[in-house]
Amino acid sequence: MFAFTIKRIAQAVLVMLIISMIGFSIKSAFGDPVRELVGERVTPEERAQIRDQLGLNDPFLVQYGRFLKNAVHGDLGRSFFFKKPVTEVIVSKAPATLELVFCASLIVICLSVPLGMYSAIHPKRFFSRVIMGGSIVGVSIPVFLTAILLIYIFSVELKWLPSFGRGETVTLFGWWDSGMLTKDGLLHLIMPSIALSSIMLPLFIRLIRSEMMEVLESEYVKYAWAKGLKPSRVWLVHAFKNTLLPVITVGGVQLGIMVAFTILTETVFQWQGMGSMFIESVERADTALMVSYIVVVGFIFVLVNTFVDLIYGLVNPTVRVAGRK
Amino acid sequence: MKKLTSLVLAIVVAAMMLATPAMAGKTLKLAMDADPVSLDPHVQLSGGMLQYSHMVFDPLVRWTKDGGFEPRLAERWETIGPLVTRFYLRKGVKFHSGNEFTAEDVVFTLNRLKQSDDFKGLFTAFGDAVATDKYVVDLVTTEPYGLVLSMATYIFPMDKAFYSGTDPKNDKPKDLILKTDYSFANYNESGTGPFKVTSREQGVKTVFTRFADYWDKNTGNIDEIVLTPISEAPTRVAALLSGDVDFIMPVPPNDLERVGNTDGIKLVTMSGSRIITFQLNQKRRPEFANPKVRLAMAYAYNNVGVAKKIMKGFATPAAQNSPKGYQGYNPDLQPRYDLAKAKQLMKEAGYENGFTCTMIAPNNRYVNDEKISQAFVSMMSKIGIKISLKTMPKAQYWDQFDAQVADIQMIGWHSDTEDSANFFEYLYMCPNKETGKGQYNSGNYCNPEVDKLTMASNTETNMEKRKAMLQQIEAILYADAAFIPLHWQNLSWASKTGMNTEDIVNVMNFPYFGNLVIK
Repeated sequence: MFAFTIKRIAQAVLVMLIISMIGFSIKSAFGDPVRELVGERVTPEERAQIRDQLGLNDPFLVQYGRFLKNAVHGDLGRSFFFKKPVTEVIVSKAPATLELVFCASLIVICLSVPLGMYSAIHPKRFFSRVIMGGSIVGVSIPVFLTAILLIYIFSVELKWLPSFGRGETVTLFGWWDSGMLTKDGLLHLIMPSIALSSIMLPLFIRLIRSEMMEVLESEYVKYAWAKGLKPSRVWLVHAFKNTLLPVITVGGVQLGIMVAFTILTETVFQWQGMGSMFIESVERADTALMVSYIVVVGFIFVLVNTFVDLIYGLVNPTVRVAGRK
Repeated sequence: MKKLTSLVLAIVVAAMMLATPAMAGKTLKLAMDADPVSLDPHVQLSGGMLQYSHMVFDPLVRWTKDGGFEPRLAERWETIGPLVTRFYLRKGVKFHSGNEFTAEDVVFTLNRLKQSDDFKGLFTAFGDAVATDKYVVDLVTTEPYGLVLSMATYIFPMDKAFYSGTDPKNDKPKDLILKTDYSFANYNESGTGPFKVTSREQGVKTVFTRFADYWDKNTGNIDEIVLTPISEAPTRVAALLSGDVDFIMPVPPNDLERVGNTDGIKLVTMSGSRIITFQLNQKRRPEFANPKVRLAMAYAYNNVGVAKKIMKGFATPAAQNSPKGYQGYNPDLQPRYDLAKAKQLMKEAGYENGFTCTMIAPNNRYVNDEKISQAFVSMMSKIGIKISLKTMPKAQYWDQFDAQVADIQMIGWHSDTEDSANFFEYLYMCPNKETGKGQYNSGNYCNPEVDKLTMASNTETNMEKRKAMLQQIEAILYADAAFIPLHWQNLSWASKTGMNTEDIVNVMNFPYFGNLVIK
């Protein structure tokens, strides 16, 4: 297990290096940050001077080398727009995104498991058909459309829910701004969480359903029935437990995709998290912040995948054996 | 243990916040498409920063709705000689820090403006300001200059005492202007304006609180402004329609009808002063050096149709740079659209079969910029000019624009001085690296007559004569088809009813929130 872990970590570091390299090499394609920092009237000579001061005229390898050297010390550069170190900006925006992802995941888990199980156990029933039909619709509507529809129905027409932002937040531990402890904050969380979960939920229902249907056909479930066990025990302990494995793997990958979908959700809801921060940094050509976001999100992906691999190894020891070889 | 305590504390605080009723006083919940980039008014010359300056600082004089000047920190002014304008300052004005406002602060501010990368270009005509008395200051220009008052609208006095000395946080002078890093002025303010910044989370929320000692007692009744930037236009509109915010700017053209038809919401629109144009590069294309071809293109472009259909009536078709109300506005110049004439001109120029060329335009800088460009391309195809169009986000656009990578390039321009000469200096004077004239003239149009008249207009202080000169330049540019004028973008604001929104907004798009009254 130790060697397996080390191997996975070495792979993760390599992937991080590649991600940062790609992020760094495309940043110049996003435009010149100096243009966003100055008014249109500033002359080209003065702009060149500012670029010089910011070290933007150095050759690519010099800039990348400097970036790596500083990154090792935990310094990913400075955001031109926020006028602060990017790590500080990202840390301050992370709670918003993490809370959103957490709530959306909660919705996905709480709904996909019972719905998926139900439609696997009773595939022919009317309600199952409704679930499956609904999930096709869910998968095909883009997140931003769902989000705008929600806003128009629940904020503009019904005036039940707030239309944008995080509402009242409470600062915990001196740095974590939480919207989950106030009524206002919770109300603000509802629509973005639903919008964000709208892509994952149908996917998971279908995944759980198909996996579980397969398991229900297997020999040991038939044997369990033959033993005369209670249906709840067969479904939950014998069948569902064994559908979990592929669900965990896919779940790990989908969690990363969820982080990517926060970009759309946050932009529409003016949710002040890392996603909207990233889109704005692209628009402002705030290159340091942009690259750091890519690196940080890449890091989360790598971390989650490594973690999933390791858990997988724990749940299913044959993988561990394969890893040892 | 410590964590547990803070958690309990947080919950108690949250409960208290839920229990306390809303504070008395009028709060304006304001949503704009962006928020000021810094608290330092000199760090960037942009609409957002000027909007901020009008809330937190106060200029010497400011524009009135009809294009005149209204005294603010300067009570009155007089011209004493061709180079000197004397400003008599208001007495008893306090800064947010409690310091008293005097002539020294004006001197300090002008000196700082001349250090700012963004503003120094505007103040090149100015020498040092001289404080002749505690409340009298002379603005001295290096040559006769007709726009002293226009420039005085940019002088928002800053608190000299507050911004002097060294900041212990970074061991640098407090008045240092830094664009990308922490500086004292980026994070602290002391102006004389109607509002103080009491809390700020950049890009998320800024709270402005009424300054109790504000000198002008006969103004609005807003005690607090909560500014939230909402960059997504549909969300901004939804926030207003759902009642989460009270005032939005701008309103996207697609939603104007809906916002205007909603009960309880007031929509205010006005013709703007930003001209949108296409420049035809005469250096890259011999065809464009031929005035007949340029004229043909001007005749082939239906700007009235575009303003109606694509801009949904939310633009004023233009045939020149200066909008109505500017000195250079020439009423004789009208949009020309005549396809037959355009074809005729192409024939005369010897390009009956047309030609192929390239074009670039931004896709997130001006209202509907991409759609307008596509319309232009299809209109030009009717006279045989095949254009391959490339659009890109503004962050990438301006470098390409400077490099003049395409034959036709789009540019919109708003005159900083609210004066026509600014258009000519930047967009149509012969490009000259040394003087910086024609810096945005990617059409490489060059006409000595235009140069001569523009330079002369800058030192002309007889306003009637100056007006004639500027109108003449517009006529020359029109006759030469120096560029293809499209339209002036309209401006829009929407608020709940029961506010005097229409009184506080203006063509410069600096709403005077200090004067806002909520009934």
